[in-house]
Amino acid sequence: MTMMKKLLTSAVASAMMATGAQAAISNDTVKIAYLADMSGTYRDLAGPNGLKAMEMAIADFGGEVNGAKIEVVSADDRNSADVASSTVRRWVENEDVDLVAGLVASSVSIAVSDILEENDRLGIVSGSAASSITNEHCTPNHIHYVYDTYPLANGTASAVVKEGGKTWYVLTADYAFGHALEGDVTRVVEANGGEIIGTLRHPFPTPDFSSFILQAQASGADVVALANAGADTTNAINTASEFGLTQSGQTLAALLLFLNDVKALGVEAAQGIQLTTGWYWDMNDETRAWSDRFMEETGARPTMIHAGVYSSTMQYLKAVEATGSDDAQTVRKQMMDTPINDMFTKNGVIREDGRMVHDMYLAEVKTPAESKNEWDLYKILRTIPAEEAYRPLSESKCPLVNK
Amino acid sequence: MSMIFGVPLAVLSGQLLIGVINGAFYALLSLGLAVIFGLLKIINFAHGAMYMLGAMVTVIMFDVMGVNYWVALFMAPLLVGVVGVLIEYFLLRRIAGQDHIYSLLLTFGIALLMQGVLTNIYGVSGLRYSMPDLFKGGINLGFMFLPYYRAWVIGIALVVCFGTWFMIEKTKLGAYLRAGTEDAQLMQGFGINVPLLVSLTYGFGVALAAFAGVLAAPIYSVTPVMGSHILITVFAVVVIGGMGSIGGAIITGILMGVVEGLTKTFYPPASSAVIFLVMVVVLMFRPAGLFGKEA
Repeated sequence: MTMMKKLLTSAVASAMMATGAQAAISNDTVKIAYLADMSGTYRDLAGPNGLKAMEMAIADFGGEVNGAKIEVVSADDRNSADVASSTVRRWVENEDVDLVAGLVASSVSIAVSDILEENDRLGIVSGSAASSITNEHCTPNHIHYVYDTYPLANGTASAVVKEGGKTWYVLTADYAFGHALEGDVTRVVEANGGEIIGTLRHPFPTPDFSSFILQAQASGADVVALANAGADTTNAINTASEFGLTQSGQTLAALLLFLNDVKALGVEAAQGIQLTTGWYWDMNDETRAWSDRFMEETGARPTMIHAGVYSSTMQYLKAVEATGSDDAQTVRKQMMDTPINDMFTKNGVIREDGRMVHDMYLAEVKTPAESKNEWDLYKILRTIPAEEAYRPLSESKCPLVNK
Repeated sequence: MSMIFGVPLAVLSGQLLIGVINGAFYALLSLGLAVIFGLLKIINFAHGAMYMLGAMVTVIMFDVMGVNYWVALFMAPLLVGVVGVLIEYFLLRRIAGQDHIYSLLLTFGIALLMQGVLTNIYGVSGLRYSMPDLFKGGINLGFMFLPYYRAWVIGIALVVCFGTWFMIEKTKLGAYLRAGTEDAQLMQGFGINVPLLVSLTYGFGVALAAFAGVLAAPIYSVTPVMGSHILITVFAVVVIGGMGSIGGAIITGILMGVVEGLTKTFYPPASSAVIFLVMVVVLMFRPAGLFGKEA
């Protein structure tokens, strides 16, 4: 019956399109904005190539939806919540932007989602890590798509504890994201019978880690965990290998590593490091086929963020098509009602708190002998099922969740 | 184990040594700035970019032509020095004698351009550069594991710093330089080619930055933005030492490395701010800097 109803609705909708009555899509235009760090520390994990991924999705969709044209605008947020806020305010108040996508630095995403809620527009966060984005900072106007700190800790930290790493020393980037990750790691380590024997909060960014690595060595902990990102993580890993941290029996656990970080480190330095990822380009024929196309466009293999931007843009456009509307709540509801099945994930579901939950993967960086080319970097050790990976709704602090 | 303020002595000794190593980088970089400011009165905001360029050139020369570390140690500063001479000849010369702010803005613009263009080509994730085989591994000093490469950095940086100081303060060439910047016309009258001297001085100053860049390539992420982080810190070091004081820049560089290292041990979150704190205090009590001459 519902099926029949849906069919009918869409038949009516298409009939309306045919006669040119598209009242539900404002200005006959679906306007999508891409906001990300286009030039700074986080450029390579999302940046200009994320915009390319979004344009690929729009082109694959046919360049228009129900006869309305799709327009794209983009801007560089320079990792500043202030810059991001004023840009998004202009977009939604003066330029009729319907959707803001990309969104990398956690502070940026939190600031932008407030503005979107005020103006009732939609946001899809692909790049940010903080799990608070769909917890205490949840709104009815945004969706968090690719990953967050909760599964990062769940995947990597629990694997390392189970392998015998009982005592932990955590090097934390001293800002919101690092603190969130440190908290999630502490919870997982203690739940699995491990112990945090020291934490050190370092300034963001830190170019030289030798002093901190030395302190981590002196702590005598089994595991030295890196609760930081980007250049901080790669610098710390390089310095740890220079100072012989792993040779002296300690394990290094990097909690957030992107494909571009691992490529920059190289398999020589990064081999054996375990990490949690939401997606990897070389998992199956479908991911490989899409990644080949992406590489033709950009010259690089996609990170999980790039794939997530493509997938979420598709999911958005399909919802606009199905509902014949670009109204934020109508589209968000439709996106939640439709499970996601594409090259990014199977049976991904957007919950009422805005969290898209999907299977995550525990991966290990290949050895130089195993790696066949410069992008052949991970082997997938384990699939972490969606329900195990993400924070259960029963623990949610989001007011949108009915308990 | 004996403890100092709750920190084992062994750990503290390690941190002091690390501080001296980082201080050697600060010394090299602030030395170049001090030479350029002291002799040419140019506030060189492109200094961080030149450091970055030195490291990038090292990596690119290796990737493209297989140029090894030892050759790069000479080639990269030479190439960047030539870039510096060209910048001086075609751009900085045109605003000589104007207010400091002009050279500051011009060099800042040059830095942003170089950073932007290279970011577009190479991204920001960092380029990989392998440690030369000779320096792989390290020595256990008892209180810490000292990688051979870090020991080399201290040694060579001190040699280059002392050499520069000696050349400018104690040789005839240095005397010409100092005189040429004091009274260019008079020196011209003695038959000295002052404009050439000025170009070469700027080239030499930025070559020092590039040299620090080569030293950094095997141990730090080589990215187009690496210079922008370190530039402001190095400026603070120069201000603490006394703008234009060559010897002051060297000593202050090493001193600030140690101060930062100790902060990283006792209160890590403040380690990126401590040098600026010292700067504020020094400016309050000695506005000309620790080694500067009171105007």
